[in-house]
Amino acid sequence: MSYEAISRFVQQGGTVYFTLLFVAVCVYAFWPKNKATFDKAARAALDAEE
Amino acid sequence: MAGSPWKAHGALERHSLLLLIGIVIVVAIGGLVEIVPLFYLHNTIEPVQGMRPYTPLELEGRDIYIREGCYVCHSQMIRSLRDEVERYGHYSLAAESMYDHPFQWGAHRQGPDLARVGGKYSDGWHRDHLTNPRSVVPESVMPPYRFLAETTLDYRDVADKMRTMRALGVPYTDDDIKNAVQDLRDQDDPTASPTGLHARYGKNVNIRDFAGDPGRITEMDALIAYLQMLGTLVDFSTYQADAPNNLR
Amino acid sequence: MTDALAMRRQGPPLDAAVYLVVCLVGAFLMTVGAAMSKDPLFQFEAEIFIVGFLAGAAMLLMGIMGGAFRPEPEKYMDGVIRAGVIATLFWGVVGMLVGVVIAAQLAFPRIMYLPDFGPLNFGRLRPLHTSGVIFAFGGNALIATSFYVVQRTCRARLFGGVTPWFVFWGYQLFIVSAALGYLAGITRSQEYAEPEWMTTLWLVVIWVAYLLVFLGTIWKRKEPHIYVANWFYLAFIVTIAILVLVNNMELPVGLLNHRSYPVWAGVESAMVQWWYGHNAVGFFLTAGFLAMMYYFVPKRAERPIYSYRLSIVHFWALIFIYIWAGPHHLHYTALPQWTQTLGMTFSIMLWMPSWGGMINGLMTLSGAWDKLRTDPVVRMLVVSLAFYGMATFEGPVMSIRTVNALSHYTDWTIGHVHSGALGWVGFVTFGSVYCMVPWLWKKERLYSNSLVEWHFWIATTGILLYITSMWVNGIMEGLMWREYTPQGFLAYSFAETVSARHVGNVVRLVGGLMYLSGVFIMVYNCWRTVRMPSVERAPTLAMLPAAAAIAAE
Repeated sequence: MSYEAISRFVQQGGTVYFTLLFVAVCVYAFWPKNKATFDKAARAALDAEE
Repeated sequence: MAGSPWKAHGALERHSLLLLIGIVIVVAIGGLVEIVPLFYLHNTIEPVQGMRPYTPLELEGRDIYIREGCYVCHSQMIRSLRDEVERYGHYSLAAESMYDHPFQWGAHRQGPDLARVGGKYSDGWHRDHLTNPRSVVPESVMPPYRFLAETTLDYRDVADKMRTMRALGVPYTDDDIKNAVQDLRDQDDPTASPTGLHARYGKNVNIRDFAGDPGRITEMDALIAYLQMLGTLVDFSTYQADAPNNLR
Repeated sequence: MTDALAMRRQGPPLDAAVYLVVCLVGAFLMTVGAAMSKDPLFQFEAEIFIVGFLAGAAMLLMGIMGGAFRPEPEKYMDGVIRAGVIATLFWGVVGMLVGVVIAAQLAFPRIMYLPDFGPLNFGRLRPLHTSGVIFAFGGNALIATSFYVVQRTCRARLFGGVTPWFVFWGYQLFIVSAALGYLAGITRSQEYAEPEWMTTLWLVVIWVAYLLVFLGTIWKRKEPHIYVANWFYLAFIVTIAILVLVNNMELPVGLLNHRSYPVWAGVESAMVQWWYGHNAVGFFLTAGFLAMMYYFVPKRAERPIYSYRLSIVHFWALIFIYIWAGPHHLHYTALPQWTQTLGMTFSIMLWMPSWGGMINGLMTLSGAWDKLRTDPVVRMLVVSLAFYGMATFEGPVMSIRTVNALSHYTDWTIGHVHSGALGWVGFVTFGSVYCMVPWLWKKERLYSNSLVEWHFWIATTGILLYITSMWVNGIMEGLMWREYTPQGFLAYSFAETVSARHVGNVVRLVGGLMYLSGVFIMVYNCWRTVRMPSVERAPTLAMLPAAAAIAAE
């Protein structure tokens, strides 16, 4: 494989990979079922006993 | 789930391992994308005319340069900007650092760029400057390196260093390595026969008593030998930047 | 006493015994190596390790004999964190003091150098300063706070018995070996990755142990969800491991030779180094300290995290984007241009997740803004976030190719680094330490809040002096380098740009001195806090004068 082919592949692949990952993370963060967990987790530092 | 605490424990471990694996994947791919193509670049670009590995004395000088941390104040990378090319010379080519393990491009210029310092000043200037920088450049903030002129160069392991470099891809021949110690001594001795050095490293290699201390090989000799060859290998009167191999 | 006797009857704890053997074998191997080597620098490095291993063996032996390694599964392991806080302060003073010294060398080169003594030259002290503040001060702060936070948020004692102590003391040995090595001239001359192969190998051992302690504690957790601060810590630990391994792929000149050469050369070497270098900033100095922020800001402000969802999104975006940003250190060089452009693009994108973290931290104070006025520790944490926001805006700007053409190689870069290092990393560490000291030593409060005020104002003024002087110096020298006369010649010699920086160098020295004095105030305040009576006994002691007063009436 030539240098040009490699560099083109990684540039285009990188864009697709980044977009997919970002969508997946947003879906996880905004999934309704996770809301309760996250609300509890937001207080984790406060609830921790010394 | 409640009936089997082991299963629950497994899920906990899986979560943290999933997190771990996710981090590794996300982090690894970004780096690979930028680094891996460079191997192909390395394999496809022809070495520029004139590039050769360092002579044993220059290699030892480069190790002094590295030991003293010169890279924190001096770059060895002339950018393709008008003022830099006019101040320091032709912009640096990738091939010019192809034998540099590691690169010494630097990131900051407390002092000037050194990529093409070779041949710009006399050996005597370098010796005075290294001994007391402010004796020749009053504005300088550089530390003095008088001790280099008083320290005998320890080159017992120079052949080992060349062997290590060869294992990493620097094209030293058996002949180069066998004659390493002799070549090192000869390069600092204008009375010795230059035949061997010329045969192995080309006609342009500098042969003289760099620090002006006959009969001794000091760290100052090695460092000046290294500085005086920096950026001098490629002949830019014949180099064609527009040649197809250079347009990448 | 009887506990100790019982312990002795059971025999020493297995892990302590194993570490004792490791130390003794290590000391033996190093002695053999030093005896066989002809390389004086290798012998020097080996001697450091011999002393370290023997000291470790002595400590373990005393611990085993005294029954100190009693398992206490119901209690948090806080001793190693207390040691970590002390080490953080100690290395902070050392690293910043060296910083002040090298600033003075640049300001007054005629009086600050010894011509016949190499070890104190700028070239050797500067790596000592950078490694000292990043890896010794910052590293100890990260290890100590990560041990603190992971136990509290997982409700579990640290995993691994004696291993956390092994991580702590092993890391100190790494620091001492690297630091003395720099002074002796043992260096790879790659920025922020200077330690030679032996020291790096030791770091890898410590780092694996650290990862195991951290992961093991998470496995033991009693909370189903892994708190986001631990995500950041884990990303920091894992990524630093990858970065160090790749950037340190090297071949020693000999097993008894201190020197090694990296497998990477030229352009590859540059790319790998700055992929490493920029992510040392991204994962060591950002992800790790964001983890700190995500515990100590909510805890101190007594408010929940503003948006937990934002913290998740910006976590993944941050670690994804950071890893691409390295090539912005190599604009206009021999690196292929598409790689430079990629690095620049991702650096600009990085602005968003960085500010995501800043906004999340700042907004956590909503409903508690009055604490900015009443609690100087909260103010320190908030100002650290402000500096974080400023540095992560300045960074993307400097990564733009045309801006970089001016800023690269100049003092502007130094100023940028220090607004992040002094403002963000330093202040968030100070804030966290001010939180932890009373909690760890069971005190009601800090010895003096007004000393924290003094620390805050002196340090903030110092930072401002530092970064403004470097902005002026950097932009000035960048413009001078490219200035032309009407006839079309370069207007200034390089030496003229050096002398033009003199005033800025002096102002920087003053700023650095102020920042260092702030740390001295902090050390004094922490020391007095530790010497205050503990909380459990405090009520009885507090009642005494009152009772005496009543009795006197």
